[in-house]
Amino acid sequence: MAGKPKLHYSNARGKMESIRWLLAAAGVEFEEQFIEKKEDLEKLRNDGYLLFQQVPMVEIDGMKMVQTRAIASYIAGKYNLYGKDLKERAWIDMYVEGTKDLMDMIMPLPFQPAETKEKNLALIIERATTRYFPVYEKVLKDHGQDYLVGNKLSWADINLLEAILMVEECKPDILSAFPLLQAFKGRTSNIPTIKKFLQPGSQRKPPMDEKTVAIVKKIYGI
Amino acid sequence: MSGKPKLHYINGRGRMESIRWLLAAAGVEFEECFLETKDDLTKLQKDGSLLFQQVPMVEIDGMKMVQSRAIGNYIAAKYNLYGKDLKERALIDMYVEAIIDLNELLMMYTFQPADKKQQHFANLVDKATNRYFPVFEKVLKDHEQDFLVGNQFSRADVQLLESLLMAEECKPDILAKFPLLQSFKARISNIPTIKKFLQPGSQRKPPLQEKDLPKIMKIFH
Repeated sequence: MAGKPKLHYSNARGKMESIRWLLAAAGVEFEEQFIEKKEDLEKLRNDGYLLFQQVPMVEIDGMKMVQTRAIASYIAGKYNLYGKDLKERAWIDMYVEGTKDLMDMIMPLPFQPAETKEKNLALIIERATTRYFPVYEKVLKDHGQDYLVGNKLSWADINLLEAILMVEECKPDILSAFPLLQAFKGRTSNIPTIKKFLQPGSQRKPPMDEKTVAIVKKIYGI
Repeated sequence: MSGKPKLHYINGRGRMESIRWLLAAAGVEFEECFLETKDDLTKLQKDGSLLFQQVPMVEIDGMKMVQSRAIGNYIAAKYNLYGKDLKERALIDMYVEAIIDLNELLMMYTFQPADKKQQHFANLVDKATNRYFPVFEKVLKDHEQDFLVGNQFSRADVQLLESLLMAEECKPDILAKFPLLQSFKARISNIPTIKKFLQPGSQRKPPLQEKDLPKIMKIFH
């Protein structure tokens, strides 16, 4: 028995990617078991491994955890990425929910027909630049610190970096009006554990390609 | 200044109802400021009161909290409804997240166009009775305790009761095959703070009706 967390999901970003980021940032080695066909998912279900018949599922500390937010909260709590008290936790939660809403807009793009994709891309860019990024730019400006909450690396910083990079894949110059986010991106990317995760060969997953879209569609029957 | 939490939302369940349930279950009195027109929402947005320009927003302990999960987490932790340690919290989170998924299905039913309603209803009943309820029935069966986690009243119990009642509004006999959920429902409903919340005249909101839809669409679109 390895003792390392074991992630069950497709070989793709999807709902598991934020969990990979968290574990990597915390310097926690993890294993992955990829679902490659419908039978793999059926087997997990029939074995009783999936509490609500869904993935992501992460085997960690004797639990088979499901539900993305539950898993992420547990990891953040365990590895001291969740602030020092209730109020810091509240701010981290608010910021994480914001970046998650933004990333959730990007996730379905590969599955959408061309017209819808184009419209949604425009909406993503609008939301990123008028609703979400200005908030984080202002937070950094107001306290002048390196991290979003409590002058210490937290889940909020990791999630924001993940979101920034994902939006940049949609529009490379998206941070042009946000100098503090640019500096934040540079700084946070240089944290050793995160730097390692950003290098080729890490367990970070690439954006979805057509081949993976087809595989995922087959597994979930969509 | 009253010091009571102040909830900003429409006069309806939506994404604020679970928060009302939690506060009520914890015995916390709260005030509500209802959005009646688009101007009400615009005013809040222009005031800088809404971090991401959205409601729900709850003024609590000097913060203007947004994002329903963040708000729910804060209230649960503050009022000791979040388990005694990280692992109990993990279980509560897993259960609550699943219940939120089910509640989305339940809530979305009213918004379905006529031609999609039947299919949505069938899916809702299937998921409730085959995916979600069996899990909670089994949890209660396996440990034989009154509450879902740690033999102590928690947010998971509050949210499950809310969901069971909402599901029964869609299909009154939906709990027919789940005897332990039926007794759970009765037991939790009898907790004094919850019993009070379930009585007429409380701040609990009724189900959304189709006639309310145009007003809501006007505010948010």
